[in-house]
Amino acid sequence: MALRLVFLGRLEDAAGEPERDVIHASSYAQVLAGLESELVAALADPRIKLAVNGEIVGDRNALVLADGDELAFLPPVSGG
Amino acid sequence: MTADVRLLSVSFDAAAETAAFASAHAAAGGIASFLGQVRAGANDFGDVEALELQHYAPLTLPAMQALAAQAMARWALAGLLLLHRQGVMHPGEPIVLVGAAARHRRDAFAACEFAMDHLKSEIWFWKREKAGGSWRWVEPREQDIADLQRWQ
Repeated sequence: MALRLVFLGRLEDAAGEPERDVIHASSYAQVLAGLESELVAALADPRIKLAVNGEIVGDRNALVLADGDELAFLPPVSGG
Repeated sequence: MTADVRLLSVSFDAAAETAAFASAHAAAGGIASFLGQVRAGANDFGDVEALELQHYAPLTLPAMQALAAQAMARWALAGLLLLHRQGVMHPGEPIVLVGAAARHRRDAFAACEFAMDHLKSEIWFWKREKAGGSWRWVEPREQDIADLQRWQ
C-alpha cells in the first residue's frame, strides 16, 4: 500500500530526493502530515501545481487517493 | 498538415534537422526556424559548465504535442517542427529547435515565436545550471511570462 511522490525542479532539493514512496493515505492533508515540516513549507508555495497520475488537480483538498497513485509537485517552469 | 514533435535525451544536429524539415515541405514557400543553444559564458557564480533540463514524462511531451496542435490551428502551416532536449547539455549544444513551414512568411515567423514563447514559460521543463562546480536552479523570468501574454 503506497503512494509515489515526485518532486520536480528545486523541490528535489527541498525533499532531498527526486521521488519517494510513502504509505497510502487517502487525503492530501494526510499525505502532508507524513512529511517533514521543511518540505511541507516548501510545498505550500501557491505557485506549485499538483498532478495526480499525470492530470493537473484543481482542488487538492477534494482528492481521494487510491493505492499506487503518483503525486507530482510541479514548481513554476523555466524551460526553453 | 503535420507536426514533428520530439523530446530528445541525446544531442541532435540542428542543421540536418532543419534541412530535412525544409525538404519534407518542398511546396511551402517559406521556412522559419529558431535554434536555442546552451550559452557559453558566465552566470553570477562563474563560467557555466553545464545545463540540465528536467522534465516530467506524463506531462511534458503531451504538452508539447498540444502546443504544436494549437500553432497548427492558429496559422496556415504546411508543417511544424518542435524538438526539445532534456537531460544534461554543455555550452554550444542545441536545446530547442522550432521550425514552421508556410506558404507565406508571416505565418511561419509568428508560429515560431508563438511556440518559443510557450516553450519558455508554459511547458513542463525545469532548468538548472552548473557553475563554479555546483548546480543551481534557474527561476522563471518575469519577461518570459510577459512574452506569453502577447498571444492571449
